[in-house]
Amino acid sequence: MPQYQNLFTTVQVTGPTSDGIHLGRGNDPRLGKPFMLHLAGRLGNAQIGPIYLGTLGLASLVFGTLAFNIIGMNMLASVNYDPIQFIRQLFWLALEPPAPQYGLHMPPLNQGGWWLIAGLFLTISIFLWWARTYRRARQLGMGTHVPWAFVSAIWLYLVLGFFRPLLMGCWCEAVPFGIFPHLDWTAAFSLRYGNLFYNPFHALSIVFLYGSVLLFAMHGATILAVSRYGGEREIEQIVDRGTASERAALFWRWTMGFNATMESIHRWAWWFAVLCPLVGGIGILLTGTVVDNWYLWAVKHGVAPPYPAVFPYTVDPATLTGGKP
Amino acid sequence: MSAMTSRLLSLVVLSAAVLLTGCERPPMQSEQHGYRGTGMVQVKNPRTLEDQAANNQVPFALPQAPAEGPRASQVYKNVQVLGGLSQGQFNRLMVSMASWVAPNEGCLYCHNPANFAEDSKYTKVVARRMIQMTQHINTDWTQHVAETGVTCYTCHRGNHIPQQVWFKRDQTPMGADFIGDRAGQNEPAPSVGLSSLPNDPFTPFLLGAEGIRVGGTYALPHDNRHSIKQAEWTYGLMTHMSESLGVNCTYCHNTRSFVSWQDSPPQRATAWYGIRMVRDVNVQYLEPLLGTFPHERLGEMGDVAKVYCATCHQGVYKPLNGAKMLDSFPELRAYTPNSDVKVSKR
Repeated sequence: MPQYQNLFTTVQVTGPTSDGIHLGRGNDPRLGKPFMLHLAGRLGNAQIGPIYLGTLGLASLVFGTLAFNIIGMNMLASVNYDPIQFIRQLFWLALEPPAPQYGLHMPPLNQGGWWLIAGLFLTISIFLWWARTYRRARQLGMGTHVPWAFVSAIWLYLVLGFFRPLLMGCWCEAVPFGIFPHLDWTAAFSLRYGNLFYNPFHALSIVFLYGSVLLFAMHGATILAVSRYGGEREIEQIVDRGTASERAALFWRWTMGFNATMESIHRWAWWFAVLCPLVGGIGILLTGTVVDNWYLWAVKHGVAPPYPAVFPYTVDPATLTGGKP
Repeated sequence: MSAMTSRLLSLVVLSAAVLLTGCERPPMQSEQHGYRGTGMVQVKNPRTLEDQAANNQVPFALPQAPAEGPRASQVYKNVQVLGGLSQGQFNRLMVSMASWVAPNEGCLYCHNPANFAEDSKYTKVVARRMIQMTQHINTDWTQHVAETGVTCYTCHRGNHIPQQVWFKRDQTPMGADFIGDRAGQNEPAPSVGLSSLPNDPFTPFLLGAEGIRVGGTYALPHDNRHSIKQAEWTYGLMTHMSESLGVNCTYCHNTRSFVSWQDSPPQRATAWYGIRMVRDVNVQYLEPLLGTFPHERLGEMGDVAKVYCATCHQGVYKPLNGAKMLDSFPELRAYTPNSDVKVSKR
């Protein structure tokens, strides 16, 4: 006897596959014959395909693959084309942006030229993919909330690799392509600009990041908890508020006196998610251009509290006369 | 729970267990080091400390020899640095040095058995220069070594060459020269704690005198043109220091502002002098020995072995756990005036 569990779904409803709605003029045919995949059904919808690739999707993939291969070939060349070392060191390998002496000029290929080319291709690919999400949403008669949320992420990407390096007058300020190297870059960024934790936009970004996580958990838990009353059919609940929705609302009113509605919770989630990279990007853009040392900025504005001195006063030895060089 | 689910679950638990073997096991000791609530703590692994104990035992010191009697320079030929010692003191130091640096070969590691006075072995020439270096450190770098000082054993620990030394690395890009430049970083290098940071921060900072400070001292942009890439080089050097001393960043820095001296523990000033001391030793004492060392002692770039923080510290923040070994060998503290000894070239 199959039973419905709302933490891990063990029951799958299978039926005839569906191609989706009819597409009008100016659209390409969809690719692939849809099929059912049991494992996919355990996580989401069991039907795989068909895919709408189209001109924008194809062009995006071409540029994305070019960027991916430039980065990958640089990494592979850096281990002398040794496939074993490539896999062993993969997390350490990177394609570095140009060295400081090149400023905003085009450096030789091996001194950051490849980084610029890969960055250009990746950016083209991302913009094409954005246009694709916009057109697909329009063709399905949807709103364009997904593409505009995507713009927020693209904004942060462009600030890190384009706008801020332009304002600083040096491509060297941009992020390397690589797993650990980009994390080291992040730490070095904070060290160079006096501790990013005192950057209020960074703080706001963290609020929206953790806030998104919290909202996601609260919303997911609430809906799962009322799924026994059909709560996961959110659209029906919005149109014709049933007992699931009422109970969910009551739960939060009882526990914290206030509740989101079936509609508004999604606006909350969307804005929290969108604001995270949006304000984060502002914080990055101001770093080095407007503020050089965030800790000192925070001291100046009374944000960083003074602590009682516990160490004997340490003089910078470089300022002492007779201090050795 | 179905059989498949439990198989999946046990696989997940197993992989988590395998991943955890990469970590040091708890419990750790946490020692408060600054004002409460500011994260100024030193985290120590008591098992690591135990493992380090044997390496940091001070060797048995021979009883002091009388200071009276004829001088070493009167008894022996070609005593250029320690000639002012009595014969007994001189022999005691020579025997001690042999036990610190060449416990298996003894005197013959440096001396020609047919004529102890001649400089035919390069090791003897190097050893003489190293005695001068030790005296120089103990006399002129007390801001770093204080009264504890250093002896040959601080670095050598029974090895001909201290176990932790550095050479310049071949950073030429592999294969074709138009692709795959690592920019001196992005590989799991032990010199920087297996991070992907620039892995030879020693050449610019501990041999050259490139600027280490990258942080600004003004809130708003002023004249600080240091790039993030430069910050990565500094970060690499600091990672080496942290690893060498077995300490966290907070041993020397208040991490809310790495730049601020006002908020820093006093250890930071000691470390500042340490960097200059190491640079001085590399430039004045080790690099000039290039012509003295035979080819097999040189690195892949044809340079001599050089010192960095790990050479003496070897994982503890006070070498030999702070034992005052120099007290038993005051002749290594005294600065021998006759310091312009020629370094013979081979």
